[in-house]
Amino acid sequence: MATNQWWASESFWRKTAIWVTGGSLIVLILLTVDTLPQIAAGSKRVPAYSTINFRIEYKYDDSRHAQVPVIGMKEPLFGKELSEQDAEALVKLGKLTTQSKNCMNCHTLLGNGAYYAPDLTKSWLDPNWGTKELREDQMVEFIKNPSDKLHNSMGRRMPKLGVTDEEARGVVAFLKWMSSIDTNGFPYNFKPIEQED
Amino acid sequence: MAATIGKLDSANLNGGQKLAVKYFITAMVLFGAQVLFGLISGLQYLKPDLFYEVLDFNVNRMVHINAMIVWLLYGFLGSVYWILEDEAQHEVVGLKLGNLIFWVLTAAVAVVVLVFLFVQVGPGKESSIWLINEGREYIEAPRWADIGIVVSVLTFFYNVAATFSKGRYTGIGGVLLLDLLALFGIYLAGMFYTTNISIDQYWWWWVIHLWVEATWEVMVACTMAYALMKVLGVRRKIVEIWLYIEVALMFGSGILGIGHHYFWIGTPEYWFTIGGFFSALEPIPLVAMVVHAIFDAGANKIKNSNHPTMAWLIAHAFGNFFGAGVWGFMHTLPQINLYTHGTQWSASHGHFAFFGAYATINIAYFYIAMQQWRGKVWMAGDQIGNGWKWKWSIGLLNLGMVGMVMAMLVSGYVQSQIERAIEGSTWAGYFAAQAHPWFVQGMWWREIFGVMFAVGFVLLVWDLMTVGKHETRSMVEAKSAE
Repeated sequence: MATNQWWASESFWRKTAIWVTGGSLIVLILLTVDTLPQIAAGSKRVPAYSTINFRIEYKYDDSRHAQVPVIGMKEPLFGKELSEQDAEALVKLGKLTTQSKNCMNCHTLLGNGAYYAPDLTKSWLDPNWGTKELREDQMVEFIKNPSDKLHNSMGRRMPKLGVTDEEARGVVAFLKWMSSIDTNGFPYNFKPIEQED
Repeated sequence: MAATIGKLDSANLNGGQKLAVKYFITAMVLFGAQVLFGLISGLQYLKPDLFYEVLDFNVNRMVHINAMIVWLLYGFLGSVYWILEDEAQHEVVGLKLGNLIFWVLTAAVAVVVLVFLFVQVGPGKESSIWLINEGREYIEAPRWADIGIVVSVLTFFYNVAATFSKGRYTGIGGVLLLDLLALFGIYLAGMFYTTNISIDQYWWWWVIHLWVEATWEVMVACTMAYALMKVLGVRRKIVEIWLYIEVALMFGSGILGIGHHYFWIGTPEYWFTIGGFFSALEPIPLVAMVVHAIFDAGANKIKNSNHPTMAWLIAHAFGNFFGAGVWGFMHTLPQINLYTHGTQWSASHGHFAFFGAYATINIAYFYIAMQQWRGKVWMAGDQIGNGWKWKWSIGLLNLGMVGMVMAMLVSGYVQSQIERAIEGSTWAGYFAAQAHPWFVQGMWWREIFGVMFAVGFVLLVWDLMTVGKHETRSMVEAKSAE
């Protein structure tokens, strides 16, 4: 058997490996350069933090065959309109709280994390919070003192994590802002809290 | 320097190998921690009040997955030190520094675990991320530890690079070095805070995906290549050509395969096409690896010098293909992933892939190490007691894993059907699925097979400590059947 064929030579495959790897990496970098501005806060897909001043809904879009977030009329969180800067500070507090309380090892955010508790991507829009009037206060109260609240029929409960009032408000702001991100229709078939038609 | 056959003697090891066995022993301890905390987390699905507000699910699960990441990395670092002097034909450069770094890194790991267990959470400030917990799945280690890890791996990289430079560069050595550079460089992508969760997860996947579906795969392809030469006696030219082919296929599919994580995090729709297409290609290198391993084993009539290692290498080839390849592909296309993303499907795939691709080859190296450590002792056929311990442990570990994987897949089907497709992922929909008898049944079977896995682990520890102990025959070096 001839062993000096080009397809059986080390140098051919070494060069192939180098070119394929380098090429793939360059394409990934170019795509990253294209993607990052499209997901910057304030872009079309990832709205500005001050979106928490507005009503957010999740509606079916016929052309995309998926639900998309729709930003509506003014509806400030906790009844107080915030500047872009203050809104970012509040969402930042919330995001930092979700990280330092290790939320992601029970919940999923944008579908990533652990599977012991519900996905938080659209939790701001969840009908579980009752009515839109009660929602904000219910969420803050739940995050601060979850132990004795009704969760489900199975006895699985969120633990009390020492979240302060301000941190809980931050978390709610973060969750409201996250629900405005265009996630290409994930989660599918979500049934949101009461919406305008 | 032929020491007594069957006696554990560090004189049987070269400098790099002495350091390697430290990494291996620590890896086994962390493997044990992974199993223990996995069992507790699994039990909490069934008995939610267990350790409630003492050791909650998020803590147990964090320790479970972090112990895994660290023990697998320790296994890789150990494997590299194991082969280094032999591959480079030169003793490890900067070995003292390497030893020091081992202790520093291990102390840091211990502190991180203690903080995870006893401090658990902090206030919503950046100081919590620096000192307690970063709160990002898989890379929870606080920032101070990140910096320690970077310093450690730089030292490690220096050891490896300097040794190859002063000795000789082989094909395996060259690929290994470039892969290590990429592996460590990518870690930096996970070391910053941002409030924008889309950007956060974009870079987070650079670390997680480009590790486990690219650089780690190439890392084990290197150690596999070396192991096949040593255990089966395959010619270097053959394993190195295969290695280059695998690198081309692995990076060619895996780097852009990252797109399958960019379907739902806010990123543009073109990632559907890129992610779907390239991740559909990802199983191909894994098929190639199976073909390679089986062909080489067949060509050498499966005559090998270390039966447990060979068995675990075969388990690696198949586990990598089924766990990473098939199980990954099953739910990677966006049309399916819309329903399976973030369900027990992911857990099923995660368990199968990490075990099949990485745990297996580390265990193969542990057996290579024990054989050498006991003075190149006989570990082929007709072992004392017919090798019942290694045979039972590989059986129980693999069967336990496959059982867990299947059980979680059943639960995953129930979850994606009820929670996702029908109920639409609301709170109520989530719990409707979690409380469904089919889902719960899956969780019970997972725990039962988890116990089987744990028994296999105990047997593995026992076997590693005793294999070859009373053996009087020497190993017969594997010869190529050219």
